[in-house]
Amino acid sequence: MTIPITVRVQHDDFDAALETRMLTANRPEIGAVVSFIGICRSGEDDLAISEMTLEHYPGMAETEIRHHAEEARRRWPLSGVTVIHRFGTVTPGDNIVLVLTASAHREAAFQAAEFLMDYLKTNAPFWKSEKRLSETQGVWVEAHGDDDAAASRWERK
Amino acid sequence: MKVLYFAWVRERIGKAEETLDPPAAVRTVGDLIGWLTQRGEEYARAFEKPTIIRAAIDHTHVKSDTAIAGAREIAFFPPMTGG
Repeated sequence: MTIPITVRVQHDDFDAALETRMLTANRPEIGAVVSFIGICRSGEDDLAISEMTLEHYPGMAETEIRHHAEEARRRWPLSGVTVIHRFGTVTPGDNIVLVLTASAHREAAFQAAEFLMDYLKTNAPFWKSEKRLSETQGVWVEAHGDDDAAASRWERK
Repeated sequence: MKVLYFAWVRERIGKAEETLDPPAAVRTVGDLIGWLTQRGEEYARAFEKPTIIRAAIDHTHVKSDTAIAGAREIAFFPPMTGG
């Protein structure tokens, strides 16, 4: 069965409530929606930032996210998936990423949302550059080994 | 082929993309990194730790031993930090 998969890579902000309504409208079989919203943090002390810029690889970013959304659909009985990832400059408190997973029951929705976020972090071609209050030039955020570990737990032998 | 660079790889090389025609002996992604490194100091700096550089051919992640024959677009970038 084909289910709606919506993937958008955009500069503008998103409205999580609106996206949720669009995902669930006229879909009485949906009993659970899990939403994850990634938000730009302010950081603390020397790591405090005034803004963050997200660079991305246009074309590949959408392809890669869609690829993982389709993998999620194969693994769990989902009724719909929405992923929106922003690029450009954001400031602390701004939205960065939205993942919505819908299913008849909560377990599939929770697991699929986590799976998608773990893979987005390590495989979707986005790079964050922070403008820290303590430095004049932008600083590229380094990838975390624990993000790789989080993604690898979903690997199938 | 079109070669793209992102994030600090782009900054170090000083350009976002270029069209290159490497010699036939450059067969894999790893070979291409080695060949690019010879092109100048800015490339050498971008690829100074070749094992952490990620690559994609035509929008798909690839390993350093992947053949580049037939590739239209090859991208090099640091580990990703989205989400």
